[in-house]
Amino acid sequence: MATSQKSFTQQLKKYYTFYTGGFVAFVVALAIAEQMGMPPRWIGYCFLFFTILLYAGIGIMSRTVEVAEYYVAGRRVPAFFNGMATGADWMSAASFIGMAGTLYLTGFQGLSFIMGWTGGYVLVALLLAPYLRKFGQFTIPDFLGARYGGNIVRSFGVIAAILCSFTYVVAQIYGVGIITSRFTGLEFGIGVFVGLAGILVCSFLGGMRAVTWTQVAQYIILIVAYMIPVVWLSVKHTGVPIPQAVYGKVLERLTEREKQLTADPKEQEVRKIFADRAKAADDKLKALPASFETERAAAAKKVEDLRAGAAPKAELDAAEAALKGFPASPDAAKEKWTKDKAGATARTAPPRPHATPYPGKDEAARDTARLNFIGVVFCMMFGTAALPHILMRYYTTPSVQEARVSVFWSLFFIFLLYFTAPALAVLAKFDVYTLVVGKAFAELPRWVNAWQSVDASLLSIVDINKDGIVQLAEIVIGGDIIVLATPEIAGLPYVISGLVAAGGLAAALSTADGLLLTIANALSHDLYYKMINPNASPTMRITVAKALLLVVAIIAAYVTSLKPGNILFLVGAAFSMAASAFFPALVMGIFWKRASKWGAISGIIAGLGVCLYYMVHTYPTFISWFGTTPMTKWFGLEPISAGMFGVPVGIVTIWIVSLLTPAPEKEVQELVDHVRYPSLAGDIDTRGT
Amino acid sequence: MQLTQSHIDYWHKNLRLTAILLAIWFVVTYLMAWFAIPLAEIKIFGWPLSFYMAAQGSLVVYVVIIGYYAVAMRKADLEHGVHEGEDE
Repeated sequence: MATSQKSFTQQLKKYYTFYTGGFVAFVVALAIAEQMGMPPRWIGYCFLFFTILLYAGIGIMSRTVEVAEYYVAGRRVPAFFNGMATGADWMSAASFIGMAGTLYLTGFQGLSFIMGWTGGYVLVALLLAPYLRKFGQFTIPDFLGARYGGNIVRSFGVIAAILCSFTYVVAQIYGVGIITSRFTGLEFGIGVFVGLAGILVCSFLGGMRAVTWTQVAQYIILIVAYMIPVVWLSVKHTGVPIPQAVYGKVLERLTEREKQLTADPKEQEVRKIFADRAKAADDKLKALPASFETERAAAAKKVEDLRAGAAPKAELDAAEAALKGFPASPDAAKEKWTKDKAGATARTAPPRPHATPYPGKDEAARDTARLNFIGVVFCMMFGTAALPHILMRYYTTPSVQEARVSVFWSLFFIFLLYFTAPALAVLAKFDVYTLVVGKAFAELPRWVNAWQSVDASLLSIVDINKDGIVQLAEIVIGGDIIVLATPEIAGLPYVISGLVAAGGLAAALSTADGLLLTIANALSHDLYYKMINPNASPTMRITVAKALLLVVAIIAAYVTSLKPGNILFLVGAAFSMAASAFFPALVMGIFWKRASKWGAISGIIAGLGVCLYYMVHTYPTFISWFGTTPMTKWFGLEPISAGMFGVPVGIVTIWIVSLLTPAPEKEVQELVDHVRYPSLAGDIDTRGT
Repeated sequence: MQLTQSHIDYWHKNLRLTAILLAIWFVVTYLMAWFAIPLAEIKIFGWPLSFYMAAQGSLVVYVVIIGYYAVAMRKADLEHGVHEGEDE
């Protein structure tokens, strides 16, 4: 078997080298086609359909009806390739598209995600992966069920796995919908279902086996797509093609530029205009309800005056539009003016210093910023070490040692993207601050106008102080544009934009695949096979698994089409939930023999309970969904970091309740010894069949 | 299944290694974040130190920690006779 594993690895290397070569040839061919006049929209279509076709091909080749192949890819995925697959599984639309944008907008504060989403692998490597591999069954609830004896813990595992994976998968399908609709012009709802088809072709026929091999392919596309534009941008600004090594100098220049812009009189003028607008909105709000009538009358009078005089048409149109759009009732007026006030207030601040940690007006504000930075790092790390779709991947390696090495490769491949994202954010910001700000409106770079017309929420520049020159304070920029527009900012041909879209799609599809599989497996394996019908035949089990995959995918796509809100928050929430529910029970189950069944049950309930309680009482969207009463944030901690309360509560609960209840039986103690040693003489066998 | 002294030593060695590596992880993550403001005064190649650590330095340390653990545990597996057979 050792030699067959070796030749298997050799074969894989050969296949994927051919594949990479083929993909490069495909991109080059499209680039030539573009030069010969192929319209951009067709390039977008080509990327979309070619890549989905490719994944479908791998999916069909990997079809299987074997249980172990379906659930854990036959446990023979070499460490290197499992690393790539985990990388793709891991890096979602939020990482690929959102990350650099978040860094652009929040500077140092955004680095908490970079640290959290990489440092979590230290916990996976040291505390979980090798032990779970030795245990060697199919799902995370499997381990909980075996370690804590029985179906109660298993059911809680199933519920928690579904809860966090579902929250996460909705965010992914949302990303798929946005990318497909933007690059092909399809409607968002249709984009979601096209994307869904893309997800299902990867996983439906071959389960984990197909998902693994498509994820490797997707990783290659996404990393190539991410690197090319950044390298190019780096050459543009520094002359060196290794952005990660040289952007420190750019950061220095950026910091200088920020200081200039903060002191610049024209910038201050624009910020003053926004401050005046905020004040005007505030005055109107304070004077309600009387101001409703007076304001309406004033708007009507303005239109009349302009009509009477020979006012320019544009001014008259604006006044008419203002009257037409005037709120219908004092309540509506209150809502609108509150929004106006918040919008204007947000733009009165000078640029946020990119490199400064925890900027704030006083000690208290800085302390809150620091706590929230640490909170996000904590929750992303412990969530990483608890998300079932990631942990599950370490069941697929051939041995315990391969699992350890595989975590190394996983982090290495993830690291490649994450240590590039901060460089991209700084380079793009420098570009905007120096090549857009200070330019006359007439001579803006072409990409600015192109993106302004695509979507005003991504980029809008309006001459507020009417001086014909762009001030930084006049720019409103949405985070997602950073990655999507980088090829154009760097002056690359459209084919690279298509490539980036394909990369984003690969990131979102691969993560969605892993998650859907986790949910469907929790239902088909844990709920159906382990709890409802233990006598089911292998064929029956696979059939049920596939049927459930389809059902779950359709429900997820339906929920996504309702557009449930902020992607980054949904993702963060999934991490906090996973950390609170799973991390304490899993790790204590391995490292503390005394951890008991009731300890685990109460720990999962308490940890997840505290986390959910905090979220539904502090996150505005949840408050409006569930009609809960808002409460003050504990220590000013944001709802995304609710796991910072959930994890310690879970650990303490398991500890106390375990000591109060009888110690686990001898078999359980033996199971713990079993997972601690890669190989023991006279060992029990827990491998799943 | 009877554990020998060598098995127990192996486990203790593993726990010690895990604790040391987690301590390093804790320092480059949480201590760094806690003292980010004073650390920003130090500059290396244009980066303030805390920015560099959060964006790149800590990440490199994480990769090294995991790589070192895999190598060290492989050695410990062999020393204590708990390594997997070739057919695993």
